[in-house]
Amino acid sequence: MLAFIIRRVAQSVVVLLVVGLVAFSLFRFVGDPVENLLGQERTIADIERVRSQLGLDQPFPVQYFKFLKGIVVDGNFGVSYRQGRPVADIIAERAPATLELAFVSAVFALVLGISLGVYTAIRRDGWLSNAVMTLSLVGVSLPTFLIGILLIYVFAVELGWLPSFGRGETVKIGGWTTGFLTASGLKALILPAITLGLYQMTLIMRLVRSEMLEVLRSDYVKFADARGLPSRRIHFRHALKNTLVPVITITGLQLGSIVAFAIITETVFQWPGVGLLFINAIQFVDIPVMATYLMLISVLFVTINLIVDLLYFSIDPRLKADGSAGGGH
Amino acid sequence: MAPRGEDIDQMEMIKRFVGSDLVYKFNRSPVAIIALAVTVLLIGGAVLAPLVTSQNPFDPASLNLMNGFSKPMEPNQFTGDTFIFGADDQGRDVYATILYGMRISLFVGFAAVLFAMVLGVSLGLLSGFIGGRTDIIIMRIADIQLTFPAILVALLIFGIAKGITPPSMRDEIAIWVLIIAIGLSDWVQFARVVRGATLVEKSKEYVQAARLIGRSSVVIMIRHILPNTLSPVLVIATISLALAIIAEATLSFLGVGAPPTQPSLGTLIRIGQGFLFSGEWWILFFPAITLLALALSVNLLGDWLRDALNPKLK
Amino acid sequence: MLMKRPLLAVAAATALMASTALAGAETLRWARAGDSLTLDPHSQNEGPTHALSQQIYEPLISPDMEAKPIPALATEWGVKDGDPNVWVFKLREGVKFHDGADFTAEDVVFSFNRAKMESSDMKELLVSIKEVRAVDDYTVEMETDGPNPILPNNLTNLFIMDKGWAETHGVEAPAEFDTGEETYAVRNANGTGAFMLESREPDTKTVLKANPDYWGKGEFPLEVTEIIYTPIQNAATRVAALLSGEVDLIQDVPVQDLQRVSDADGLKVDNAPQNRTIFFGINSGDDDLANDNVDGKNPFSDVRVRKAMNMAIDRDAIKMVVMRGQSAPTGVIIPPFVNGWTEDLDKYPKADVAAAKALMEEAGYGDGFEVTLHCPNDRYINDEAICQAMVGMMGQIGIKVNLIAQTKANHFPLISGKETDFYLLGWGVPTFDSEYVFNFLVHSTTDERGSWNGSRFSNPEVDDMIKSLGSETDIEKRDDTISKIWQIVQDEQVYLPVHNQVLNWGMKDNVNFPVQPEDQPHFKFLQYN
Repeated sequence: MLAFIIRRVAQSVVVLLVVGLVAFSLFRFVGDPVENLLGQERTIADIERVRSQLGLDQPFPVQYFKFLKGIVVDGNFGVSYRQGRPVADIIAERAPATLELAFVSAVFALVLGISLGVYTAIRRDGWLSNAVMTLSLVGVSLPTFLIGILLIYVFAVELGWLPSFGRGETVKIGGWTTGFLTASGLKALILPAITLGLYQMTLIMRLVRSEMLEVLRSDYVKFADARGLPSRRIHFRHALKNTLVPVITITGLQLGSIVAFAIITETVFQWPGVGLLFINAIQFVDIPVMATYLMLISVLFVTINLIVDLLYFSIDPRLKADGSAGGGH
Repeated sequence: MAPRGEDIDQMEMIKRFVGSDLVYKFNRSPVAIIALAVTVLLIGGAVLAPLVTSQNPFDPASLNLMNGFSKPMEPNQFTGDTFIFGADDQGRDVYATILYGMRISLFVGFAAVLFAMVLGVSLGLLSGFIGGRTDIIIMRIADIQLTFPAILVALLIFGIAKGITPPSMRDEIAIWVLIIAIGLSDWVQFARVVRGATLVEKSKEYVQAARLIGRSSVVIMIRHILPNTLSPVLVIATISLALAIIAEATLSFLGVGAPPTQPSLGTLIRIGQGFLFSGEWWILFFPAITLLALALSVNLLGDWLRDALNPKLK
Repeated sequence: MLMKRPLLAVAAATALMASTALAGAETLRWARAGDSLTLDPHSQNEGPTHALSQQIYEPLISPDMEAKPIPALATEWGVKDGDPNVWVFKLREGVKFHDGADFTAEDVVFSFNRAKMESSDMKELLVSIKEVRAVDDYTVEMETDGPNPILPNNLTNLFIMDKGWAETHGVEAPAEFDTGEETYAVRNANGTGAFMLESREPDTKTVLKANPDYWGKGEFPLEVTEIIYTPIQNAATRVAALLSGEVDLIQDVPVQDLQRVSDADGLKVDNAPQNRTIFFGINSGDDDLANDNVDGKNPFSDVRVRKAMNMAIDRDAIKMVVMRGQSAPTGVIIPPFVNGWTEDLDKYPKADVAAAKALMEEAGYGDGFEVTLHCPNDRYINDEAICQAMVGMMGQIGIKVNLIAQTKANHFPLISGKETDFYLLGWGVPTFDSEYVFNFLVHSTTDERGSWNGSRFSNPEVDDMIKSLGSETDIEKRDDTISKIWQIVQDEQVYLPVHNQVLNWGMKDNVNFPVQPEDQPHFKFLQYN
């Protein structure tokens, strides 16, 4: 067991290093940060001066090594070119917005996804089930940004019910800003959360539905049915319970991609989270911010993967024989 | 779909078996029939675009800027030209632009899925068949790949492409970069499914038998194991096609998609969403509805295929 | 010869004041596409950054809402009697910084020296200043390295900081990018302006409160008591925020949404010509082009090709369709506010494809050629659409253009790095004088000048004339030289001008706030009806 954990952790660290190298090296090619920092009215001497201040005149491996050393030795992710502040501070400031949005989206996706999934499985051929299934496909057949803009158009501009951008009023508790405690903060969450959660909701719904269908066909459910147990009891006590393990695994894995997909939602709704920060960083070629963001996203994914693996390992004794089984599903 | 020992006609048999069953089910599913009809119609329109449109929107010299913002079915107030779906901000016929744009979207979609499929199936086969260290390495790479969502992969690849190509070539490579980016983020699914299927098949008697009579690993993989993984691969490919078309649209929204002079459906939607509030609804509406119809019918087909090919659901 | 500046704007504002009752607390929610980059007033020379700084800090001489200079922290200024190399500024008395410190001459000397430091982004505007010295508490002299008749024009975005505050917080130098820590001045501010910084989250929200001790009370309307500033990048979201009443004023309404905004209940659009000209640059100076398909020669070096291209541009169609009427087509790369502009220069040829084709034929390019056009897609109003239209227009005279439209971060280095042969650029003239344009766009590229001259146009005679403008005190003679240079630029068709941009601000009906030609709102002038 211990050997397995150590091996997986070591593998994760290697993954992170590779990701970090890839991220850092590639963003060196995206554009020229100096150009953005200096604006139009600057001289050639200015360019050289800033370039050397940022360390951009050094060979690439040196730059990456400095970056890594900063992180490992004193938790320093560098200084944002754009804001002139430590990247760690900026990310810490922005993270609550993204995490709250991701959390609400995940809850929305989970609750609605499971309920609709169970319903469509039980009423497999009902017209409402078919309508839900088709509608859910419509949802995933349109790009997220378009859904977001359409929601804004309908609910903010035409109906005027919900805000079109930002987080509304936030309350600061320690280093954490929350939108959960004010009416305007909660209202501001609705549209972005739906936009972000829609895709995952469809995914969960379809997963629950197909798992339910399989379980409902299994012998023990047929047997329970034959014994005359009430169908409600069969559906929820036996069938649903058995579908939840894969659902929770997939949801765990999806949480990471919710955070990543927040880039688009945050751009559309001007949501002040890390996704918007990342897109801004790309525009301004703010390499330290971009690299840090990617590293953090990778840490998130790798951690989730690791937890899922370990869970599987402890739940499923068969895996103990074959410790190398791939993560995920 | 039970595999048998001897081989030459096996694929043929399976095909016929699956085929006839599929055809039977297909004829009884109105949703599948409509979805296929819409898909064929849209793909046909895209392929035959030069024959069914009077304007080539990708040839800027043939455009008249004064046709810009012509309303659907109404003659333009300056030029008198009439466009069935109206004209966009550059005076392009929206109908023609959609058909030509769909060519790009479909090309990107098909090529990306093909790329993902070839890569994923080969790696999955290798991983499952050889096992051991190869398996670990490939599956670890799959994990890394999953760490990066498609959008990030695409942005990264754009980064590389921009760094290593001369500026004058960037327009031409944009589409290929899209294909690689979308394809790369999709192969893991194929690999995992094929690996799983391979692990199951590997231990079966017919494979053992084939090994005993001295068939090479490559032949066994391609002739014996691969056919058994075809149906899940087909399902994933169909759904990936829809995903790839949407992903292309999303990347275009982020500004790393097809160039504006050769717009894909996604680029058209990006351009059109700027006119949502201003009353020129047709610039957004028609491309969006086309994308919806395309992605929805492909999704429905994929859904139907999955149910139809799943023996447990019979 | 100290001269008294007319105080007309201020007088008018005061008159208006009398009739408008101050209606308690008025919060203004203001949005635009981008945020200020830093609160440090000397570390960025950039529009949105100055726009925020202008509310908190003040310069000696401030542009008003018509971009005319009016007295701010200086009350009078003029060239010193008997010494044309020295400008004298009389400072306003009784002004206090937000933290209560007194404003005196030493703050001016400190701020100018700070703005001349290497890490300052404002130093190019002050190159001619040799020394700034305090004569007494309320008089400052600036010595230039030769007569500089237009020095005051360069000072309207030069903000004055408190020396004591800067020393207390260790921000004696403008913020650099390599400091490793943000400097205090990046996120904190202590000016003399009408508004004080309440809170700031970069790219998210900045809150300003009215300064209760502002010196301008009674001179400006000062009806706004709180400003909440939110950058909203996505154009559709920005317009939606205005339409749904979540913000009161947005600075960049997309041209296609003007109608919708002005038709909406309780909203209106105000516009004014902007101090920015949009034009195409073409590499006429090199012997061969990297981005074309003609080997061994440069088709752009033939003036007939450049004239043909100029003739093929249908500026009226661009105005009508791409810009929805919101542009002023022009034949010269300066807007009408600028000294040196004439109606004659502004004239542009009607689009004439036949004549343009004939010229191409004459130049030996009857079959056309292929070239790459570089274009930004997030910098100017509908920049990408203008370039797309250009591709079509060039196609009609046989020039096959490959368009590369990309973010400004990738676009601008191509111009300053001289890597593009055909590009779109917009240029504003903050000094309102042609010399500024010549220095950046017409002079041959040297260490000091011509850094944005992507045309590679180089003419030693013109270079000499441009240099002479810096120290010519005879205004008439100077204007004469300016007009001579323009004549050459026009005859040689160094650039292909397109139009001057028009600014559009969308706002609530009850807001009375005319559009400022440099896109710089000064909220102390804002009134409610």
